[in-house]
Amino acid sequence: MMILKGSEIIMECLLKEGVHVMFGYPGGAILPTYDAMAKYEDRLHHVLVRHEQGASHMADGYARATGEVGVCIATSGPGATNLVTGLATAMMDSSPVLAITGQVPIPAIGSDAFQETDVTGVTLPITKHNYLVTDVRDLAYTMKEAFHIARTGRPGPVLVDVPKDVQNAETEFVYPDSEIVLPGYHPPSSAEEHEIEAALQLIADSKRPIILAGHGILMSGAMSEVRELSERAQIPVSLTLLGKGAMPEDHPLVIGMMGMHGEACSNLAIQEADLLIALGMRFDDRVTGNLKTYALNARKIHIDIDRSEINKNVRADVGIAGDLKTVLTQLLPKLPRHSHLDWIGRIRDWQEDSSERDILNYETPGILLTAQVINDIWRLTGGDAITVTDVGQHQMLEAQYYPHQRPSTLLTSGGLGTMGFGFPAAIGAKFGKPNEEIWAIVGDGGFQMTLCEMATAVQENINVNIAIINNNFLGMVRQWQELFFEKRYQATPMVNPDFCKLADAYGIPNRLVTQRDQIEDAVNFARGIDGPTLIEFVVEKEEMVYPMVPAGADLHDMKRRPKPGEA
Amino acid sequence: MDEAKTENKMTVVALVENEPGVLNRIASLFRRRAFNIDSLTVGRTHRPHISRMTIRVVAGPEYARKIATNLQKLVNVIDVRVLDNEPHVERDLALIKVRNDDADSRNTITEICDRYPARIIDVGPHVAIIEMVGTETIIEEFIEEVRPTGIVEMIRTGVVSMGRGTRIHDTKFINRRALLEAAAKARTGNGRID
Ligand SMILES: Cc1ncc(C[n+]2csc(CCOP(=O)(O)OP(=O)(O)O)c2C)c(N)n1
Ligand SMILES: [Mg+2]
Repeated sequence: MMILKGSEIIMECLLKEGVHVMFGYPGGAILPTYDAMAKYEDRLHHVLVRHEQGASHMADGYARATGEVGVCIATSGPGATNLVTGLATAMMDSSPVLAITGQVPIPAIGSDAFQETDVTGVTLPITKHNYLVTDVRDLAYTMKEAFHIARTGRPGPVLVDVPKDVQNAETEFVYPDSEIVLPGYHPPSSAEEHEIEAALQLIADSKRPIILAGHGILMSGAMSEVRELSERAQIPVSLTLLGKGAMPEDHPLVIGMMGMHGEACSNLAIQEADLLIALGMRFDDRVTGNLKTYALNARKIHIDIDRSEINKNVRADVGIAGDLKTVLTQLLPKLPRHSHLDWIGRIRDWQEDSSERDILNYETPGILLTAQVINDIWRLTGGDAITVTDVGQHQMLEAQYYPHQRPSTLLTSGGLGTMGFGFPAAIGAKFGKPNEEIWAIVGDGGFQMTLCEMATAVQENINVNIAIINNNFLGMVRQWQELFFEKRYQATPMVNPDFCKLADAYGIPNRLVTQRDQIEDAVNFARGIDGPTLIEFVVEKEEMVYPMVPAGADLHDMKRRPKPGEA
Repeated sequence: MDEAKTENKMTVVALVENEPGVLNRIASLFRRRAFNIDSLTVGRTHRPHISRMTIRVVAGPEYARKIATNLQKLVNVIDVRVLDNEPHVERDLALIKVRNDDADSRNTITEICDRYPARIIDVGPHVAIIEMVGTETIIEEFIEEVRPTGIVEMIRTGVVSMGRGTRIHDTKFINRRALLEAAAKARTGNGRID
């Protein structure tokens, strides 16, 4: 029989769940748990962040890179509220994160005690589930439940709030080794036979089908099934931002990203298609544009593990709630070969038109463009790095100019669009994938939201390369101001610090790049150092991201870059 | 009389774990998804750890199903049913305090109560309290009849519903700690750390 303190039980549970690293920040109400860490140091590494938001994004980055639960820890009150942005980010992108927070002792709860915040209340709408543990005997199975809920079904963040006296209380430690059975939690898995038949019929009837490949494919591990579906039935594949890596982007049937800054051919194909096969995606407004005119010619097959996503935004003719890999494995044996030569030919024509408009095919003497920087990083890293972006123009340009071949190699805040995500998430990703090359591609604005984590990167000597795309603007907002507010640049120009000097102050090797011919040298310099590095790329201030579907506009109503000579 | 249909209202019934914060989760969900709820009642069942909710919405079946699929996502919500075409009974309870200070109103009220399943459960010199149990429709009819006499205070519990016949809406679930403790005992030592 093993009598342990609550704080030790937390550590034991983390070990039982295969956790090796946690990201956190101490404080009064979580101090007993920090004290217990010493005993577990050799097996459980704690990364001291510089702001709890960083811890939440690191846990999220770890989770996105590995598919495993990422763990962050904070104290009560301000520590816990600092996690909120990261939890909301993880929630929107279905990322399995476990947050452990200290709470004031049970007798003090409700008394406005020092550093008391109703954290389960605050995080209720931004977690998949949360717990306030009021009895140390509940702690072990609560932890087990929390992991189970975070990683199964549609994954998401779970928070466990542990009062200080519960951390100090002792009980017999028994970790339930049986499968967790929750009476009200049954993620769907397979499809009904008639649903499969109905889907096959729609595919057989279709002349202009398109697959909309989302994040769910990566989380279900259904990459090869999707590829087989696409190849066997000759169906072109359009990717959501988070669906990148669902199929290699150099595959001839992959026609690029969809949505607001997607490839024109993807958006046009969706509007002309007679069948959408939506796989693990949720018809977010950034991918549909105006719902009233969205894919009006198309019937819809929608497969998602979250039943409530089906018919939420777009009505499905065949809606299947299930695990993608399971459902596609049911469907594929019955899928005959199809061919759609005319349809694919039509998409090829659109693709040709797009490449004529590609900024990389322009002469741009004397200026450095984000697209060039990103495309050069792609080339120099062999297209094989894990890139973690922040939010803004650089994010969309990374999606356009860094094609990804493998799943989980583009990590980005899609649903919440959280500035400040990129750099800490990259640190988390590196802990999860120590053998991968990691690049944080961040804007000058967003980087300043979480740049304090440079100290964390140095303290851990973590090999993350930071590429700051410095346009001295909150570029994406500036773009909207240029297009929709007559260039009134209200609160978007920035006076920035000298990022290289800043890196010097933290002891991070760095380079400044202002011209295209300096890129290669700087990138190779960063790649050659085993530890954090920083490159500041000073780019054109008023670059635009094209194509663009203005918010709420019809998906085919894109603002395009004029072709050279058209002006 | 078909008790199941009142205007175009839909009824959603949910079995939920009787744990602190569950009602809060459900209320938060309705607010977050901007679901428009007509009434919501929660009450105990014959199982100590299970509560049962009846949710009424003025909407079509599709909206009700949307609410149901979202409710089902909550971990503490065990089972949800939309009482759509299923025959079911429903009851609402109203306490209505009416003016009672002259013979005329006294007579009117007694007369109306005689025609409805309503009882006068408290009488004073100025006001009386009527208890009325029935379907939503019949309670509403009743209220309209007594209204001219002068309603001074009123409360309704909201509708509770139950499907008719042998289609039982129940769960075997007891509570979590009991489940796990039973499992741990059965294992004698298994899963423990030495
Ligand atoms: C936390 C947060 N605040 C505000 C925004 C709104 N926003 C979206 S993009 C953007 C500009 C980002 O600027 P920068 O980081 O420099 O990237 P750029 O667009 O210039 O590449 C802003 C302010 C946001 N997404 N997140
Ligand atoms: Mg910028």
